[in-house]
Amino acid sequence: MSQGIVWKYGDNVNTDVIFPGRYTYQIMPPEEMAKHALEDLDPEFAGSVRPGDVVVAGKNFGCGSSREQAAACLRAAGVQAVVARSFARIYFRNAINLGLAVLQCDEAVDALEKGDAVDLDFARGEIRSVKSTFRFLPLPDSVIGILEAGGLLEYTKKKLAKE
Amino acid sequence: MGKTLTEKVLGRKAGKDVQAGEVITVSPDYVLSHDNSAAIIQEFRKLGVKKVKAPEKIVIVLDHIVPASEEKYAQNHKSIREFVAEQGIPHFFDINAGICHQVLPEQGFALPGKVIVGSDSHTPSYGALGAFATGIGRTETACTWATDEIWLRVPETMRIDLSGRFLAGVFAKDLSLKLIGDHGAEMANYKAVEFAGPAASDLSVGSRLTLANMSAEMGAKNGYFAPDAKTLKWLEGRARGPFVVASSDPDARFESVLTYDLGVLEPQVACPHTVDNVKPVGAVAGKPVDQVLIGTCTNGRLEDLEAAAAIFKGRKVHSGVRCLVIPASWEVYREALKSGTLAVLVDAGCVILNSGCGPCLGAHEGIMAAGEVCLSTSNRNFRGRMGHRDSEIYLASPATAAATAVAGKIADPREFA
Repeated sequence: MSQGIVWKYGDNVNTDVIFPGRYTYQIMPPEEMAKHALEDLDPEFAGSVRPGDVVVAGKNFGCGSSREQAAACLRAAGVQAVVARSFARIYFRNAINLGLAVLQCDEAVDALEKGDAVDLDFARGEIRSVKSTFRFLPLPDSVIGILEAGGLLEYTKKKLAKE
Repeated sequence: MGKTLTEKVLGRKAGKDVQAGEVITVSPDYVLSHDNSAAIIQEFRKLGVKKVKAPEKIVIVLDHIVPASEEKYAQNHKSIREFVAEQGIPHFFDINAGICHQVLPEQGFALPGKVIVGSDSHTPSYGALGAFATGIGRTETACTWATDEIWLRVPETMRIDLSGRFLAGVFAKDLSLKLIGDHGAEMANYKAVEFAGPAASDLSVGSRLTLANMSAEMGAKNGYFAPDAKTLKWLEGRARGPFVVASSDPDARFESVLTYDLGVLEPQVACPHTVDNVKPVGAVAGKPVDQVLIGTCTNGRLEDLEAAAAIFKGRKVHSGVRCLVIPASWEVYREALKSGTLAVLVDAGCVILNSGCGPCLGAHEGIMAAGEVCLSTSNRNFRGRMGHRDSEIYLASPATAAATAVAGKIADPREFA
């Protein structure tokens, strides 16, 4: 369980505004990617986001190109989860495989606003704020394991080492 | 509550009753990759294991840039061939096979009830034969090679009930574009799309492959047709092994149902620069083009080449147009050669290229210059996809493509009957 501040956006936040195409074919370390996170949507974000913060958005978050950086840059910026009505499917997979939690919860999207403080409890499947407690479908153990390991590559490495 | 085909196929693999929304871990039947296997091999090496877990499940088809057009691609192909030999991967198709999404059905990998994942966004194509097939990322392809496991969320299902018959000059591609134009490119995001209704069984396997392929452009996780007598007949002599036929129960839960009458459709064209910017052909007829592409995993099958040849017969490609034709596979190539279809195309002035993805992804064989216009039978028209960012791509059926190549401008195929 950990606490963070909400950053709120609308529907159809596409991968181009999460991580602009002009950087997509440059090879850069994660901390450099973090500097460009949401650059074309919210120029204030990259300079102000703090570890543990939560991005809350509408439907079809992460639509567009399949670039993995669109998930990697938010994670590198310290975002612990994106809460949305829905995710573009390749973004959903890329996010979990790169260690970024992606949670679906309409009620939380309806209620939460920019600057709200929230606690996330992955084990109980809850988003808690002073406004209310919102339930999201708890992530299954296998997915939590991937997130806790920091992504699929690390998760798989550990799993293989045990075998 | 009944189950959808997707719930049944994934449930059998997971060894339990599953329903939409659940996340499960399964061992897939096949894991596809293509030229991007070179990048996947690099990720695989980071995992610290020497051997892939199930080499017989890995299918690698070189198709994106075949033969290699420059040194870096040649190096990629070389590293893939070396990896295939080192790991003892039995299912490897080199540059003389075709596009993976045509090769896997033809070679009997894509079968009813199979779970197939592929590091290519058009992997849903295999749903045409009743498989569950979906695209995945490169990192997870590498991990699946190592573990023989992958997590999947069981998708909700949208059903599209089809009735009626296509009029002359109208094809499965037109239906797919009409659907995406009407409902937007995220119409089926994360969902399964079931093509059903009385007209579904009338559609050829080739047309079903076109629709399942285009379900990726609807945002779908998988798109499919329930296997029927036509499916089973097509698979005779191709299936690599036994398979289990599944279809949706009558009381299965569908998140939504759309209905379309094929008999009222016109030829459709997707205009730059998104696949959902769709208009009837009449609205864009007369737009001059520089290049026409007939082929790709969407529309490079024998019925597509025949539809084009029917229009090219006795006619010539317009002097201002480069018309590129790419049979989707060598099997298609051979059949088109035997049937005389290729002769009609060559006599008309078409340029026949090796089976593969060709210029669809903008890497070789017909890159567009600034200001040029291409009408293509492929599946994406994003800005800059086939070359310069100021080039334009229109998407349409092979018949519309052939009519356009003859006219030198976007044309209605019904005027060339």
